[in-house]
Amino acid sequence: MGQQKNLDGYVGFASLPNQVYRKSVKRGFEFTLMVVGESGLGKSTLINSLFLTDLYSTEYPGPSHRIKKTVQVEQSKVLIKEGGVQLLLTIVDTPGFGDAVDNSNCWQPIIDHIDSKFEDYLNSESRVNRRQMPDSRIHCCLYFIAPSGHGLKPLDIEFMKRLHEKVNVIPLIAKADTLTPEECQQFKKQIMREIQEHKIKIYEFPETDDEEENRLVKKIKDKLPLAVVGSNTIIEVNGKRVRGRQYPWGVAEVENSDHCDFTILRDMLIRTHMQDLKDVTNNVHYENYRSRKLAAVTYNGVDNNKAKGQLSTNMDTVDGMSPLAQMEEERREHVAKMKKMEMEMEQVFEMKVKEKVQKLKDSEAELQRRHEQMKKNLEAQHKELEEKRRVFEDERSNWELQQRLEQQKMEASRTLEKNKKKGKIF
Amino acid sequence: LTDAIPHHPNPQGKGEKSHGGDFSYVGIDAILEQMRRKAMKQGFELNLMVVGQSGLGKSTLMNTLFKSKVSRNKSVQSNPEERIPKTVEIKSISHDIEEKGVRMKLTVIDTPGFGDQINNENCWQPIMKFINDQYEAYLQEEININRKKRIPDSRVHCCIYFIPPTGHCLRPLDVEFMRRLSKVVNIVPVIAKADTLTLEERDSFKQTIREELRANGIDVYPQKEFDEDAEDRMINDKIREMIPFAVVGSDQEYQVNGKRLLGRKTKWGTIEVENIAHCEFAYLRDLLIRTHMQNIKDITGSIHYETYRVRRLNESNGHVISQTSDHMAVQPKANGQLEEQPGALQANGVAAQHEALSHEM
Repeated sequence: MGQQKNLDGYVGFASLPNQVYRKSVKRGFEFTLMVVGESGLGKSTLINSLFLTDLYSTEYPGPSHRIKKTVQVEQSKVLIKEGGVQLLLTIVDTPGFGDAVDNSNCWQPIIDHIDSKFEDYLNSESRVNRRQMPDSRIHCCLYFIAPSGHGLKPLDIEFMKRLHEKVNVIPLIAKADTLTPEECQQFKKQIMREIQEHKIKIYEFPETDDEEENRLVKKIKDKLPLAVVGSNTIIEVNGKRVRGRQYPWGVAEVENSDHCDFTILRDMLIRTHMQDLKDVTNNVHYENYRSRKLAAVTYNGVDNNKAKGQLSTNMDTVDGMSPLAQMEEERREHVAKMKKMEMEMEQVFEMKVKEKVQKLKDSEAELQRRHEQMKKNLEAQHKELEEKRRVFEDERSNWELQQRLEQQKMEASRTLEKNKKKGKIF
Repeated sequence: LTDAIPHHPNPQGKGEKSHGGDFSYVGIDAILEQMRRKAMKQGFELNLMVVGQSGLGKSTLMNTLFKSKVSRNKSVQSNPEERIPKTVEIKSISHDIEEKGVRMKLTVIDTPGFGDQINNENCWQPIMKFINDQYEAYLQEEININRKKRIPDSRVHCCIYFIPPTGHCLRPLDVEFMRRLSKVVNIVPVIAKADTLTLEERDSFKQTIREELRANGIDVYPQKEFDEDAEDRMINDKIREMIPFAVVGSDQEYQVNGKRLLGRKTKWGTIEVENIAHCEFAYLRDLLIRTHMQNIKDITGSIHYETYRVRRLNESNGHVISQTSDHMAVQPKANGQLEEQPGALQANGVAAQHEALSHEM
């Protein structure tokens, strides 16, 4: 940082803000606002009251008059001019939200829409020719809470938990003229308590150095969530013409800060914090989306980050890691994974080898056994045969003996005969 | 009581002393006095069920209707997990209240958890089951061989359904619920927290609701088909023009023009609950308590309960419907309520309605 130096004369760069101002006025502003809530909570009426136009009129009735089966996301654009400044206002409406019997995932079309807007911006940012970059990202989401007087509904909590990291969520208490001041106070406290319990990050008003502004901001913070009443019909009250709702018991004035917080909302949304909402959307929510998207896509070695030349210094995302570092991390992870897989494979291989060896051993043993068995059989047979032969030999020798005996006998008898014949001589 | 055609000229009950000197006076009208005394001794039972999302002012309205804390205790400080049960629960609280010697056992049946979840599919089933269980209990008691002289009546006489004041049209959940339950119980739809609607919005909302109810074939109390005669029809038509009632409830009193009234105080005015220029609470109260209470109980007993009974007995026996319909003509008397109706006509009417209802089921 340089040193502070005092100037000796008038240089003239104090007129820089004026230059910026003139340029912005010429360029015009854009603002995209999303309204979410169950049907019948006065969203269309509030939009009409905020911008003092009839965005939804009898010729083009708002979504509330048409019953929807599924959650839809509808956009309507309007160009309003005031004091030479142009504002291109886009209102994104979500008819059908929370109206069905089964509302699981009714927030999905909304999340998809927000992401698609971010994607469009991301793509247009990465184009070669970036002359015109229309900013259609959602800058602010007004979430309408039904004035039950008890607390948040499960649907409210679910929705805000899923969207608080994608868009600036500003919760509002709708149709606040149904609550007495005490009930309203209690309801607000209960809601803020539940929001803190569930760690929902609603849009936070930034602290400034200015004392005066800080005091205003603190006043607003005390009144969160804002309890609003909307109306575009003009009624006479005590000779004054005011916008309000006529009841048999009185008139609820929209712009009376005693009656409701509409003026606070309008001032905050349009007069003081519109630019801040856009900045937060750009710097926080969009960057979150971007880093998540890019980290998921770039591992394959496609260096689109480098080609973009986007690696400026203010790339720090909420995680504190720039996309390059994230890529490194991914790569390391990948390598580690590969190593692990390799090890696993080796292990599996070893196991298989062991098994096979074991099997082979087993079959060897089996074969051996069978060999022995066969040998034994053979020997047994051999023995049997021997035995048989012996028996046979025995028989044979017996028979021979007998034969010889017979022969001898025969010979003896023959000699006797002979002798007898010879003996006759005597 | 409607006009009775006496079948015999003698007085039925214990004879009351007739007015002296009037020849043509028999004394039949003294039956009214006898009935009144009997009713006073017995006392009445009324079972009301309140159904609606949490935060619509059901408990407050009950407290306002009966001018005392008849609803369940709610702890305001709890978080949603404790406050909103995961499934619909049925909580019954009974109170004995008395006014001018008339005793009433009032049971308020609350249904916390209805319509509060993200997925509300079939959240009406526990309620249907409860209503049918009450009918079942009564039936069991009735077909007992030795049954009590007076069967304790825990059947739901009337179900008050709270419609959130969106100002546009009925939600699918509302339509689903009312379609299924109008067949088993008397439904009285009301627009809750009506102090959020201006008079024009209120009228257009009511019209839309009435059209939607008609389009979906939902018959809420007072049902057109149960009007007994021209006089009834006239009264009920007027009521039907005003349904659903736009109500505001409050159990706090404020000082207005020197009077202490129940109301809600806001920065731009005080809403008086009983002022018919402000909201229609008074009409609802008259309907439920002052004029149609007995009629509600009758219809529950003689139509809805009978339909259930027919179905159950058919399931278990397989009897022909005609047999049970003769039986039914006798039933109303057995309930302990003397109904002097033109007998034959009513029986046929009831039988015809039964056939219609059971076919519908």
